[in-house]
Order: sequence, then C-alpha cells, then structure tokens
Amino acid sequence: MTTRICMGNEAIALGAIRAGVKIVAGYPGTPSTEIIESLLAEKNPEVNIQWSTNEKTALEVAAGAAYTGARSLVTMKQVGLNVATDPLMSLSYIGVKGGMVVAVADDPGPWSSQTEQDTRHFAKFANLPVFDPSTPEEAYQMIRQAFDISEEFSLPVFLRPTTRVCHASATVEIDETAPTHAEPNFEKKPEWVIFPALSYRKHGELEQKQKIISDRFSALPFNKIEGNGQKGVAASGIAWLYAKEVIEEHALDVTLFKVGTPHPFPDKKAQEFLSGVDAVLVIEELDPVLEEAMLLLAAGTKEIYGKKTGHLPYNGEYSYELVKAALFKFLGMAYEPTACEEMPQYPMRPPVLCAGCPHRASFYEVKIAAKNIKKPIFCGDIGCYTLGNAAPLNMVDTCLCMGAGITIAQGLALAEPGAKCVAFIGDSTFFHTGIPGVINAVYQNTDVTIVVLDNHTTAMTGHQPHPGTGRTAMGAPAKALDIETMLRACGVEKIYTVDPLNYEPALASFKEAIEFNGPSAVIAKSPCIVQMKKPDTVRRIAKETCIGCLKCIKQLGCPALVPDDGKVEVVKSLCTDCGLCVNVCPVGAIKRGERNA
Amino acid sequence: MLKSIVIAGVGGQGTLLASKIISMAAQQEGLFVRTSETIGMAQRGGSVSSHIRIGAQNASPVVPLCHADILLGFELAEAARMVPRLKDNALGVINTDKIIPTNVSLGTGKYLAEEYFALLKRKLPHGCFISAAPLALEAGDARTLNIVMLGAACGAKLLPFGDDAIRSVMKECIKPKLLAMNERAFALGLEAACKQA
Repeated sequence: MTTRICMGNEAIALGAIRAGVKIVAGYPGTPSTEIIESLLAEKNPEVNIQWSTNEKTALEVAAGAAYTGARSLVTMKQVGLNVATDPLMSLSYIGVKGGMVVAVADDPGPWSSQTEQDTRHFAKFANLPVFDPSTPEEAYQMIRQAFDISEEFSLPVFLRPTTRVCHASATVEIDETAPTHAEPNFEKKPEWVIFPALSYRKHGELEQKQKIISDRFSALPFNKIEGNGQKGVAASGIAWLYAKEVIEEHALDVTLFKVGTPHPFPDKKAQEFLSGVDAVLVIEELDPVLEEAMLLLAAGTKEIYGKKTGHLPYNGEYSYELVKAALFKFLGMAYEPTACEEMPQYPMRPPVLCAGCPHRASFYEVKIAAKNIKKPIFCGDIGCYTLGNAAPLNMVDTCLCMGAGITIAQGLALAEPGAKCVAFIGDSTFFHTGIPGVINAVYQNTDVTIVVLDNHTTAMTGHQPHPGTGRTAMGAPAKALDIETMLRACGVEKIYTVDPLNYEPALASFKEAIEFNGPSAVIAKSPCIVQMKKPDTVRRIAKETCIGCLKCIKQLGCPALVPDDGKVEVVKSLCTDCGLCVNVCPVGAIKRGERNA
Repeated sequence: MLKSIVIAGVGGQGTLLASKIISMAAQQEGLFVRTSETIGMAQRGGSVSSHIRIGAQNASPVVPLCHADILLGFELAEAARMVPRLKDNALGVINTDKIIPTNVSLGTGKYLAEEYFALLKRKLPHGCFISAAPLALEAGDARTLNIVMLGAACGAKLLPFGDDAIRSVMKECIKPKLLAMNERAFALGLEAACKQA
C-alpha cells in the first residue's frame, strides 16, 4: 500500500489497473480526459489503450473486448454517451463476459459542456448499475467494485464521477498489486447475436436482475448511514461532502445517508434510513434521482424535501454555501448568508482564442471573404474554435453538438436559399462525426462551404492524437489519414488547402470556395501554437506610425494586442509573430521585433 | 488542523503546477490533502483558481466563502476577485502585474487596477505584494512565474512547511532540463518576499 496525491481521474485509472483492466478505449472530453491520460502515463504493458474516433466506436471496442472475458473500460464525457447510446442500449441486453466499466463524467455547472445531463438517469433508462463517487479515494474503490459487479451480473456497469471528483485531488491509498484474470477466450454462442426473440428474453432477465443488484448494493460500504438525528439528509456525489462539511462545522443533529449507488436504488438501506427519521432533505446535483426514489419508497409516509419543494435547484453546481442554506432552512434554523463588503467591478474574463491561434486567422479571412455576401451564416462546432463566437470575431452563429455544424448548415441552406452557409469543423471533430455530414452534403448537392480547421491535434482537451496525426495514444506510429483525400473520397470536388497564416492566398481560396455553387471545402492547415516553442521574433508597434485607430484590436481581439496610452502595445510574452495583425493595420505600423529586445 | 489555500490567476499562468507542488509537499509531510482545479475551456485565458485544503478528510475540495487562510494571487484582478473567500486574518502573496482581458481592450469591460490593489491591501494588511513577471524573465522564462510565486509564498512563510519541502517536490515534477531555471525563479521569489518581511 502506498499513498499518493491523485486527481479523481487518476484514481479511476489506477483503480482500473488494480482491477486488472486489459483494454481501454475512449474519446477525450472534459472532465473525463485524464482517465486515459493517467492510464497512458502508467505505461503498464498489460493494458492496451486507445483514443478511438468517437464514443460509439470506443464503447463497441470495449464491448468486443469484454465478450472475450477480458476486463475493459470505456471513458467519455456525458454528451459523449449520447453518441454511444445505440450500442449501449443493445449491450444492456446482450451483456458482457469480462467486467466492463463505462466511465462517464458529468459536468454540473456546466464548466465545459453543452448540457447538464445526468448520467444516473441514463443508467436508469438503460437498466444498468451506476456508481456515483463523492471523492477521488472513493472513485478508486468504486471502480474496482464496479468491475466485480459487472462480471458477477454480466452487465456493463457505469461509473459516473462529476467535475468536482474528476478534477479534485486527494490523498489516496493505492494497492501494490493487480489480481490476475482468466485468459481471454471468445466462446461462440447464439446469445451474442441480438434478435427480437432474444431481446424479449433478455429484457425480462434484465428486469429480474434489478432487485438482486439493489440488495447487493444495500450491503456495500458506499451506501452508509451516519448520525442519529430525527431529521434525515440523503446526499450523493460531491454534494455529500458539502453536506458533511456543513454538518460537522455547525454540529448539526441529523442522520446523514450517503448514496453511492443511485441505480438500482439500495432500497433496503434506504428503508433503514427512513425508519429512523421523520423528514428528509435530499441533496444531489442535477436531476432528482435520489429524491424520486425516496418519494417512491416513503410513499407519502414521510416528508421528502429537495428540488421538487424548491429547497435546492435543478441546474448548476452545488456549493458549501448553497447546501448550508438549504440545510438550515430544512432544520428551521436562521441562516445569514456571509456578509460581504461591496466589491469593485471586475472585468469578465471568458476564455479566448490564444494569441497566434491559426483559427483566428481563418475566422478573420472567412469574414473578409464573405463581406459582399448578402447573408452569410457561420455554423460552428465543438472545440477551441467555438471561441470564435466571441467579439470581435463573432464568427459562430450556431453550435449544437459534435459534428453538427456541417449538417445544420445544410438545413439552413435548404430552407433559406438566399443565405450562404459556411461550416467550421476541427480536425478531430471531422473524424469524430463530421464525415457523414460531408457525404450528405455531396449526396444532396447542397450549397455549403466546409472549413476544416486542421491544427493537427485535439487541442481543447489537451492535445490528444487522432486518426490524422500519424500516431496512436500509446505512441506507436499509425497511418495518418489525409483530410483532403477523405473529402475527395466523400465526393467533394471543390477543395482548397491553405495556410491561414499566409493571408492573401488563404483569403483568395476562401472567396472562391464560398462563391462556388455546391458543396466546397477549405482545409486551413496550421499547427496549434500551444505545443510550439515561441519564436525569437515578435511583432512590435512603430509608435511614431501608429495612429491609434485600434483597428487591430477591434478586428482581431488578439490577447497580445492591448491599448496603451492612445496607441497599441504588443504583449511580448504572448505574441507568437503570426503576423495576422499586419494585414489589418491601415498604416503599416506593425513591424517585426526581437522577443528579448 | 484544516488549512485552506486559494490560488487565483489566468488560464496559462501555471496555477495547476503550483497547486500540484504545494499538495505534493503537504502529502510528503504526511498531511491529508484535497484540491480542486479549473481544467477545460477556462484554461484558454479565462479566470482560473486552484483550491487546496490541507487536513481536509471531511471537508470539500472547494474552499467556501470566508474560509481561505492563504491567497496566492497570480494576477491583480483575479486576486481581488477571490477576496470574498478570505478569512478576516488571511495571509497572502500577490503578484501586482496586470493581464488585461480582451473585452477591456475592446472597451466593453473595465479594469480598475487601483481599486483592486486598495482592496487587497485592506484585506491583507500583512500581505506580500511583488511584481513577479520581471523576476520570471530574470530567471529565464516568463512561464516560471508560478515558481516565482511559490518562492514568494515560502519567503513570506505562508505555507505549513519549509521551502526545502517545495524544493524537493520541484525536483520530482519539473523536467530535469528546466529545473535549474525554475530553481532560480524560486530563489528570486523567495528573496523578493524576504525583502518585504
């Protein structure tokens, strides 16, 4: 046993290794990404790890591995599960042989997501068991149990951490050794092939397992009762720790029921809790999953408070303060929010495209190229380039989900033929779910321009490789799929490849592509600057020439350009000498300079 | 005893590594640690904060309002933004350098530097205020700012362990070829804070 400071995602990775995981697949997405990053860092020769093209692919790879009896893990963020739902729903009937854990990270807030969907509800919908850790150390224990339960009941099992578990660190005790498991061996039998008659039978079996698993869960240490007050608090996830801190700090006399397995609900343990209290406050982020289970169990015999009674919100992250207010209200205690003196006004500091980001150049060039178009519509997608929505670029008119930019553009173009639709998509997103949309545009001959912002990495989530990068997650060389070849194979005939940092030729190509009537594409190729060493040169402002029009700042919004005493100054530590601003300055005041001058 | 530290800064300033080094040092002293980080979209130049709680088995990883013992402010406005989390007798090291958000450059936001400075001075009467960016450059790279700030935190005797603990963890988690430069940054921060004490 050793103790280590582990981020929640790292604890999950280490727990998976200690559980004997053999095959791991996933697609990067905040806050889940570091599970696979941590597994890769362990360099365990027993574990085969991949960044798959998307979550559906990843889940199917993990399922295939588990068919052989090997233990497998698939990781994704909550919206990734939407992509993987098709195989998941069938897999809940077909089942697995080796333990299979589906680790899906939810993002209350949301901090970095499109939705605040609750994977516990998804687990209920799919009739699959779900573990809901409150801390990194618990996540470590839970994933090991999850593998065992998965194997015992031949079902994939969810592990559902949230951002405050994934990205929290804690002191975790790590076991030294991993158990050994049987050699993988796929046994041929009709039960691996889903057919209506089999589905009918398997559906029945799945329902029967629910009660048995519920009883197993009631006996697990993740569901526990502390204290003996007449007032009860049921809580899960990080909200349980907020509640625990408030209860201890204020010595509140309550009975605290921690629920670590929201589905199947541990009815027996919950009954034990309910029998000792006369009212319950349920504290859980996102959907009222525990609250509904409690209402059902109490069947009107006990007062159950929570979201439905207005004590707590459905949306957003919870906090110590929010939980404290709800608890004090529930206990009939006076609550005085911490009095804060009046604070000065702060500037918002939203995330922005980095100084020197090639996406800024692409957005600006498309904006100029479409200047004379009556109604251009810019469809965005998911990645760093979603940040192109901000002023002053304002180049993202729509953004829905991974891969949707290309297809939303087609719907807009069909319904409003006067509009000219340009769809932006990153390279990783192109491989993820962009390609079917391209094929559809060609097949339907819809007039859209597809701009692939190819920075040769999955930038937003921390620079993971993808099918276009020529290497695998484990560092092996791989065939690098060429996006232009793929677009051509999909039937796009008008294709340009440009360097967005080479302004004039890039602008000319964007113009031609947009003017073309029919599906066209521009691949804007330039590597992500975050991974590059900054050059020794930067841009500098010739103060005697600068007329202080601030056009460079107002057109580009580059963080390396700041107003300075009526003129402009370059922040040398940020500037990458991309030179885009040179094309904007009306008086030629932007010159090249030395970084260390 | 529970000790709560908040690091406030701008995405890209290296708050994550600073937080990791502090928590590893605490861990090596045998203390139970919880931290919470801002990872994701905000890392692209947005407001970020790291929360570190030492002795926090039964406390959440997020430092509640009025619960922080120590503030490490990597940027002036971001440090001031964290004031509501401070206890009355909190201590702190503040980098007084400014990073102007894009919306301020565009004229849609306000950056009230003097007000932030005055607020921090009032809330942290024993606080240590330094300009860290020139020290980082002196060490060899603007990106060593986080280590300058750790040095200053040690120089101001804020952390519940000595500078040796931090130095030894730095050896573990900084690439060997970057270590000497970071050790210079640490020493410069330490010296700057000691001068004020």
